[in-house]
Amino acid sequence: MLAAIGVQSMDELLLDIPSSLRIKALELPAGLSEFETMAEIASLAARNRVFPDRLTFRGGGVYRRFIPAAVAAVTSKPEFYTAYTPYQPEASQGTLQAIFEFQTLIAELTALDVANASLYDGATAVAEAAMMAHVHTGRNEVVVPGYLHPEYMEVLRVFSEGRGIKVRRGTEPGPKTAAVIFQQPDFLGLLVDARSLTESAHAAGALAIACVDPISLAILAPPGEYGADIAVGEGQQLGLSPSYGGPHVGFISCRKELVRRLPGRLVGTAYDKQGRRGFTLALAAREQHIRREKATSNICTNHSLCALAASVYMTYMGPDGLRQVAEVSFKRAHALSERLAALPGWEPAFPDRQFLNEFPMRVPKGPAVVRKLARKGILGPLDVHRWFRELKGVLTFTCTEVNDPRALDELVAALES
Amino acid sequence: MTEPLSFEKSRGSAGPPRLPDANVTAPEPSQLLGPEHIRSKAPGLPRLSEPEIMRHYSRLASMNYSISEQFYPLGSCTMKYNPVVNETAAALPGFAGLHPYQDEDSVQGALELMWRLERALSAVVGVERVTLQPAAGAHGEWTALRMIQAYHHSRGDARTEVLVPDSAHGTNPASAALSGFHVVEVRSGRDGRISLADLESKLSPSVAALMLTNPNTLGLFERQILDIAEMVHATGAMLYYDGANLNAFMGICRPGDMGFDAVHMNLHKTFTTPHGGGGPGAGPVGVKADLVPFLPTPTVERTNGHLTLDFKRPKSIGRVRTFYGNFGMLVRAYAYIVAMGGDGLTQASRDAVLSANYLRKQVEDDLEMPHDGPCMHEFVASARNLAQDGIKALDIAKALLDRDFYAPTVYFPLVVPEAIMVEPTETESKATLDAFGAAIKEIVAQAKTNPQALHDAPQTLPVGRLDEVAAARRINAYLQGQSDDPVLRWKAAEK
Amino acid sequence: MADRRYTKTHEWVTVDGKTVTVGITDYAQSQLGDVVFLELPSPGRTLGVRESFGVVESVKAASDLYSPVAGKVSAVNEKLSAKPELVNSDPYGDGWIMKLELTGELPPDLLDEAEYKKVTEAGAH
Ligand SMILES: Cc1ncc(COP(=O)(O)O)c(C=O)c1O
Repeated sequence: MLAAIGVQSMDELLLDIPSSLRIKALELPAGLSEFETMAEIASLAARNRVFPDRLTFRGGGVYRRFIPAAVAAVTSKPEFYTAYTPYQPEASQGTLQAIFEFQTLIAELTALDVANASLYDGATAVAEAAMMAHVHTGRNEVVVPGYLHPEYMEVLRVFSEGRGIKVRRGTEPGPKTAAVIFQQPDFLGLLVDARSLTESAHAAGALAIACVDPISLAILAPPGEYGADIAVGEGQQLGLSPSYGGPHVGFISCRKELVRRLPGRLVGTAYDKQGRRGFTLALAAREQHIRREKATSNICTNHSLCALAASVYMTYMGPDGLRQVAEVSFKRAHALSERLAALPGWEPAFPDRQFLNEFPMRVPKGPAVVRKLARKGILGPLDVHRWFRELKGVLTFTCTEVNDPRALDELVAALES
Repeated sequence: MTEPLSFEKSRGSAGPPRLPDANVTAPEPSQLLGPEHIRSKAPGLPRLSEPEIMRHYSRLASMNYSISEQFYPLGSCTMKYNPVVNETAAALPGFAGLHPYQDEDSVQGALELMWRLERALSAVVGVERVTLQPAAGAHGEWTALRMIQAYHHSRGDARTEVLVPDSAHGTNPASAALSGFHVVEVRSGRDGRISLADLESKLSPSVAALMLTNPNTLGLFERQILDIAEMVHATGAMLYYDGANLNAFMGICRPGDMGFDAVHMNLHKTFTTPHGGGGPGAGPVGVKADLVPFLPTPTVERTNGHLTLDFKRPKSIGRVRTFYGNFGMLVRAYAYIVAMGGDGLTQASRDAVLSANYLRKQVEDDLEMPHDGPCMHEFVASARNLAQDGIKALDIAKALLDRDFYAPTVYFPLVVPEAIMVEPTETESKATLDAFGAAIKEIVAQAKTNPQALHDAPQTLPVGRLDEVAAARRINAYLQGQSDDPVLRWKAAEK
Repeated sequence: MADRRYTKTHEWVTVDGKTVTVGITDYAQSQLGDVVFLELPSPGRTLGVRESFGVVESVKAASDLYSPVAGKVSAVNEKLSAKPELVNSDPYGDGWIMKLELTGELPPDLLDEAEYKKVTEAGAH
């Protein structure tokens, strides 16, 4: 090959690199065989403790759910996972159609007009939505009532600071407010009054941004029904494993009037000369590769394969399956909360508030409870005091369809012991 | 071949999947929740049975080109082969089953992996520390700019501009703007490298950073990088490295030694984590000592073999996403680095440069080469020489698809008209490169003999060229309320 | 038309008393390709010289529009919302973009036909 290029040695190809910059070798160990590589990786995996799904009662944004085997069977097809962003539509119809289906699924679930191809995660989706509202209204503040996921809040702040947007905790939007951003159910699992929050945003001339749990929408009024302008959320529950926090998938959908401000990829239908329907990237003039510093966002690579997993999951479940999953989780959580409330000294932290399948309990010696459960092989509740000073002794429990009734018995027995 | 949408296939004949019953005594949601909370109309999701799902998605998969089946010389994207062992590693229950809010004691293996990956990436790019949090390259760029901004602020220095070369990827100016910077473009000179005179004229005390990739997007090493670094640093600005092109020189030289203060890496390019049809990727950012205090929280720390997450970093810009990054992608990249070792990574880069120069040689008589070689790991050609035959870069791209190759990147970088950007990577055999070179020759010959055939390409794929203009006009008609067809989603016919 | 003037950013203007009509040039439309969308200002808005007042988009490109003169927007071409392709087919006629009521004088640096031609020749690769 060198001869074909017309050089004597490899180094002739590297002459542009100043010799003072050349290094002798990387300070890394030498390579290993596949067998040895896996042995090393497996030894690291073995140093982690994995709790069984059925004995996991911790949520806080990442949940154990039943994942149909079909999800991995589809996402592990190399034609999907080793393809690039579908720049050449004729050779990428599989990915494009899958994204188009994802966009439709999210739009249906949230009851809004249009969804994009995906974002990195729930937190960056919240931040992107805030940017949309800022540009749309020309205002410089977002108002966050209640318990938004503390990590979403932090990401929102970091994004907003760059753009000179103020993030204010509170319930009263004002004339400077670009958006009211609320989570439904909130970080503690409690339902908020999404309708009146939306109305208060609109009354102030601001947008309403709802951060939603996709599975909850089988039961709960979706953002489009109560008039929210933008819906965002985290799609991990739709067929993705916890994987120590990622990769998961952010989603975003909005009203028609805001579509031109959406971040990231959008896929639409288009036809060829023979009139065959196909799919292609659309409205690309919003995006960084064309609009550069005036783009609606800097996102390029998104979370396509995770969106594919979510599509397979939703298509496997259908509306009835999704509802069943949501209802079973609801009932198990309510059965559990009754039993926990009967433990001596335990009580619901917010007795007047409704919840779906995650709920806060006020307990004596919270941290000790969590440690005790871990010793018994149970991944117990989340101690939310870590983020909120006023929530000392408050633990949130999560129940889904994977926590069978015997698992609830085991949890309660462990707490009583 | 086309495949109906899942929505079109769903006829309600497949009942719901079998799922567990609650088997506890508890009220129904409608008994507890106020009617204002209850969804009034079920979402219009499709429902397919498992066999229908498998067939639907298998058919969709068969409509994709992918690295597992085709040569994918997409410039700037480093579409090298993705070792399957990476997938096995990430799927280990000891990783995939970890909850992000488990106690540190129960995730020592995961933290150790992150710590070792951080060390390995630091060694490759020559920096002090690395954050693994960013989810992709663009996210990494923005994270780094936020750190650079925080650094200047901490010195009471409110710098407002970021310099970006005209050949830069679109994410560079977009990330700068998202951080609140004013973007100033720096021109490339005739040789395809940044113009030092233009750079000089744009540097000022208001410049916070220059964003650069090296080799640049034309595949050329910025020979004067040390001078550039000196000029930038002399004004108090920082130098940022867009690591999309890191595959050119692992083990040969390091951005840190060139004077870059912050560096992002695309694990989904250089470190073989698969692209997934557009993500997920991972975009770790490495920084020199000055920027270390500003790294996102948490960082992974190791003392006496015990690993912890450090949230108490008072100067940190804060977190840039949830949890600790796309952990599953970190496992894959780490598996790749362990398997390759320092020697293997170095060989990979050398082979990538060799492949690119070899392929460039194969096609240099057929396409215009706007810049002199040698190139690094990729090269940019131009289809301008075929203009008199009415042939554009796009026609060549489509004709390649008919010959079972994915197309190179076209129309990027913007500074080369009719650009065709080719990055073969090190994982392709000489036979593949020869076949691709032969295909280019054949297409260029066809431009003279039968240009119409090129305009009509592709013919062998599920669809031909799509009318994107008509699609865009239909979308705008919908957005302006002149049509009911949303185009961007499927919509059931009104009953 | 002899009294059509141009800008370096490829807008054209014609003047009729105090009313100025603005569009993009034939060269600009050919560089952009098929126009699919225009973002236009609301009538009543006041614009300064070289102030960005909208965007013209094709599938592969998007370009900011800059006002060649200072004035107040008195009309925008409503037809373009349903038929943006008029910008391609008739850039100096039915593809006009907006009308302004001029405030003050015409800026001195507007180009005549010959001068503008030089700009496009230098810009073409
Ligand atoms: C030169 C360059 N910079 C930045 C990026 C952005 O990376 P990502 O898509 O991971 O956000 C890319 C990828 O397309 C690139 O090629």
